[in-house]
Amino acid sequence: MKRVCWILSVVVGLAILPFLSFAQAPVKGGTLTWGRGGDSVTLDLAQATDGESIKAGIQILENLVMFKKDSMDVEPQLATSWSVSSDGLVWTFKLRKGVKFHDGTPFNAHAVKVSFDRVIDKGHPFHQYGTWRYPALGLGPVKEVKVIDDYTVALRTEKPYAPLVANLALWLCPILSPAAIEKYKGDIGRNPVGTGPFKFVKWIKDDQIIVERNEEYWGQKPHLDRIILKAIPEVSARFMALQTGAIDIADDLDPDSIQMAKSNPNFKVIEQPSVNVGYLAINTKKPILSNKLVRQAIAHAIDKQTIIKTIFRGLAIPAVNPFPPSIWGYNFKIKDYEYNVQKAKALLAQAGYPNGFSTELWAMPVSRAYMPEPVKTAELIQGYLAAVGINAKIVRHEWGAYLDKTAKGEHDLCMLGWLGGNADPDNFMYGLLHSDNSKPPAANVAFWQNPEFDRLVKEAQGLFGKEKRAPLYLKAQEIFNEEVPWVPLAHSTIVRIYNKKLHDVPLRPNGLNSFQMVWKEK
Amino acid sequence: MISFISRRLFHLIFILIGVSILVFLMLRLIPGDPAHLLVGEFASPQDVARIREKLGLNESYPYQYLLYLKHLLSGDMGISIRSNLPVSQEIWDRFLATVELSVAAIFLSSLIGIIAGVISSVRKYSIFDYTSMVMALAGISMPIFWLGLMLIYLFSVLLGLLPMMGRFTMGMDYQPITGLVILDSLLRGNLPLLTDSLKHLILPAFTLATIPMAIIARMTRSSMLDVMSKDYIRTARAKGLSSQRVIFQHALKNAFLPIVTVIGLNFGLLLGGAVLTETIFSWPGLGRYVVDSLLARDYPAVQGCILFFAVIMVLVNLIVDILYFYLDPRLRIDGKG
Repeated sequence: MKRVCWILSVVVGLAILPFLSFAQAPVKGGTLTWGRGGDSVTLDLAQATDGESIKAGIQILENLVMFKKDSMDVEPQLATSWSVSSDGLVWTFKLRKGVKFHDGTPFNAHAVKVSFDRVIDKGHPFHQYGTWRYPALGLGPVKEVKVIDDYTVALRTEKPYAPLVANLALWLCPILSPAAIEKYKGDIGRNPVGTGPFKFVKWIKDDQIIVERNEEYWGQKPHLDRIILKAIPEVSARFMALQTGAIDIADDLDPDSIQMAKSNPNFKVIEQPSVNVGYLAINTKKPILSNKLVRQAIAHAIDKQTIIKTIFRGLAIPAVNPFPPSIWGYNFKIKDYEYNVQKAKALLAQAGYPNGFSTELWAMPVSRAYMPEPVKTAELIQGYLAAVGINAKIVRHEWGAYLDKTAKGEHDLCMLGWLGGNADPDNFMYGLLHSDNSKPPAANVAFWQNPEFDRLVKEAQGLFGKEKRAPLYLKAQEIFNEEVPWVPLAHSTIVRIYNKKLHDVPLRPNGLNSFQMVWKEK
Repeated sequence: MISFISRRLFHLIFILIGVSILVFLMLRLIPGDPAHLLVGEFASPQDVARIREKLGLNESYPYQYLLYLKHLLSGDMGISIRSNLPVSQEIWDRFLATVELSVAAIFLSSLIGIIAGVISSVRKYSIFDYTSMVMALAGISMPIFWLGLMLIYLFSVLLGLLPMMGRFTMGMDYQPITGLVILDSLLRGNLPLLTDSLKHLILPAFTLATIPMAIIARMTRSSMLDVMSKDYIRTARAKGLSSQRVIFQHALKNAFLPIVTVIGLNFGLLLGGAVLTETIFSWPGLGRYVVDSLLARDYPAVQGCILFFAVIMVLVNLIVDILYFYLDPRLRIDGKG
């Protein structure tokens, strides 16, 4: 009898085993430790310019709208719905009711007004306490914030501005408790009070930031008890900390560590194409480079695949257009200039430079996700150009000077990149390539001016609805491809590496997520 | 003695004015617009112009400097461009972490360095002498970066004996009184925190101690050898004093002057923050802060830090000089005159 019981229990046990592993329910509780390269600068995200600040702040603060957890499409957050007036100037947002800030004060239209006015209104009593670094990118187009009633707020723009909702999903437009803004004044960045799934607990400078579960959260409450964001500046130390289990997530590892992590069964590695672009801008105001044929020759001369294989170690895709394919409006029909030395030489000959010419190639002094090893990349490009007869001298400047001088147009060829925060094509097409931005100090460092491109991009800015705007961007990309103001090089892939005990770890194309749904096995 | 100290403190004022002018000029002569650097490549030209305005960068250099000096005299080192917080507060928080690490490192290096140096000098040309001097040479030449990572790999990853980062275990309950974790845990009688923070100190302190340890050992050896050949040592031996008394009471005391100088100098340097050790062991100290501030062209922060270092160096040197008075009676007479 005993034996039968035993066999029976084994059989039953084996039978339910697959279901057990299949139906793994989220576990409540636990601490997640998150190792990253540096500390945050401020947790008042309206003032933040760096990824480390946003990573921590986005756990605490919320916006009217937010990107979906794994794409750059916008969904409601503190606003439940919105509409735009027929003239395209007034956006009305209906707000979520019954939401409380971490200090217990209610969230309402007044809170939205204070949070936004302190940024855009120079006369506002709290404007003086902040350094509002990117007003043009976030709330810049908003001229007035009007409280309609407790749960309705209207934003007015000067001109019709279609990307506004995407802008509001950026970290730059958080809603903070007006009581806390008043209490902490200039110190609000050290004492953030928002409505998010986690509450701010403690910050030890250059060391750790601790947030804990907000038990009063309006939405699905987080599974984790708390998150500790730990600054581990040395990349090998960070990877070793992950190996010892001292941390659960290790950010920004080097390609070698990523390869090692991929082959280690204790870790999970997820990847996502980023919303950035690394490019080689060609200064179209320089005599030789103003010739379209020369620019096309340069595009044919560069082997992007090798750059991606050697510099990005495969963690990137070749760039064809100014913005990555993860953003709507991308023109998939455009064929890239293939790597072809003969064609490049022929084009140069046709342009009247059969023996090539001499030029300067400016290399960025700092590494970015879109340009991990700028100097090595410059050396590769120098080699490619030499193969077609173009003698490029590599020029280096310290970062501040580099930005300054390229904005003034002192370069011939320069390397730069862009992270399109709001994932709107306008962010790349208008910001970096429209002639409005080609006067020094310029963001359009190709100093490219094309009336037809300008017209299309400007028109798209004033239209509402992706379906109306997309065709204009498709056409504009064709002009870009024909004219080659840049050679787009790569869109990097972002990677998140974590202990396999963690589940439901999200990864947005910009790498910035709330960890509300993440849970940890005991 | 008092007149000596007050004279030195008086000199301090001129040193600080000199340092502040130098730092002020150096930072501004590096190419590149700090406003542009601050907002980065994603900012519009209008934003850059606004930041310049806000930081007063459009004013003339003399005006900017005088304004800075005026604030400095009222104890205000300015507001950090990056964090928007008072620089004095930013420096002080990180300085305490640096003090903890430096004191541990200088204690370790003096203890081991002096013992090794004394033994080497007494047993000149012995196996111990050769071994310890080769190790000292290795200690001076070894890249800190490599040593730190190897220690982490051995003691934290492979053996799992010691923690590899920070001042105490993440998320541990720590209520600061002074800001020095070890002192605070003693004051609060928090034994778990005390053992935890001591464990966290071992690897970084040892890494940071290697170079001063080697310098101190070599200095002790050569200074001892010098003294040991003096006549009064021979006299002491001739009197029939025990070998220990000769070494520790007669020789070491007289050999101490250059050793104290080296210890003081190294301590002053360590207090300025150890960038590499702090980076490898995720230690939130001043060294990392200076480098980060420098890279971000955070003028007020860099100016504040360098002034702060100047004060520390002058004070440490002053303490070393005062120690001379006690160690060498001859100086006391000279000092009065």
